[in-house]
Amino acid sequence: MPLYFGMFVSVAAYLVGMALKKKLGWAILNPLLVAILLVMALLKATGISYGDYNQGASYISYFLTPATVCLAIPLYKQLELLKKNLAAVLCGITTGVAGSVLSIFAMSLVFRLERVHYVSLLPKSITTAIGMGVAEEAGGIVTITIVSIIFTGILGNIVAEGWFKLVGIREPIAKGLALGTAAHAIGTSKALELGEVEGAMSSLSIAVAGLMTVIAVPLMAGLIG
Amino acid sequence: MKYLKEIAIIFGITMIGELLNQWIPFPVPAGVYGLFILLGLLCSGAVKLQDVQATGNLLLDLMPLMFIPSAVGLIEKFDELKAILVPFFVITVVSTLVVMTVTGKSAEWIIRRQKKEEN
Repeated sequence: MPLYFGMFVSVAAYLVGMALKKKLGWAILNPLLVAILLVMALLKATGISYGDYNQGASYISYFLTPATVCLAIPLYKQLELLKKNLAAVLCGITTGVAGSVLSIFAMSLVFRLERVHYVSLLPKSITTAIGMGVAEEAGGIVTITIVSIIFTGILGNIVAEGWFKLVGIREPIAKGLALGTAAHAIGTSKALELGEVEGAMSSLSIAVAGLMTVIAVPLMAGLIG
Repeated sequence: MKYLKEIAIIFGITMIGELLNQWIPFPVPAGVYGLFILLGLLCSGAVKLQDVQATGNLLLDLMPLMFIPSAVGLIEKFDELKAILVPFFVITVVSTLVVMTVTGKSAEWIIRRQKKEEN
């Protein structure tokens, strides 16, 4: 398998996703979701293994760390706005993290989930790198955590615009905080599309919500034995 | 030359983030350490915005692309999920909407109250 197969296919699939969105304009045609499904379908149809694909494609993923570093750029540009709205930022992210772990706890009770599955889902709204470590510490199944984090991110990315309209969230700062706290970096890529203020607030939320969740999960994990 | 300098700065900070991630026993990813380092350097004036902006914006533009490989990996992990598929789906969807709503609404409530006080 050529090393550039995985890279080319990923980029081409994303291009197709962008073109489809432009042509049809449906919100459900999120370019990221379309790209993921296209690559999955291609692998299934051709019988090429994920390992062969990822041998090349994984090089794309390596750029996620420097890209995360660069989230400091929109954040720096909006620093004055951040200082002015510090109360809203802290309150928004704190209630979001609390809402996340409490709603997961309540629904885990309803579904009578085992502890191992419950703690695997607890860090689902934060960035993969933090979430994996948190789930591992709490004794969860890391694979399930990764799947739920990615699924959450894509879901947040897709539904955000429609959901904000539906529940009446209009302030750019609030939108950015909501996207970053609910859907980490994948949500932040949507926030950056919405605008610079949204992108900056979302970037900040990844870091702050991630760190708050590191503290919240061990406290919550003991509640289901 | 412009890009060379920008890439050197961004890769250097990324590397320091990775080292901190290895040395400090918290599950904080390298990128988050790096984010705060770059923010500190920008605020102190040690790094100027134009020293990182062109490459930085390129990386941010391409960011959605970087999630594709690991997301495609879900096709291999489907088996582990089968046992809890329905609760998994419900919990993920509902809690994501809950977080978006409470975060957005509570932030907006404070922003509007501040605006009223200013007027």
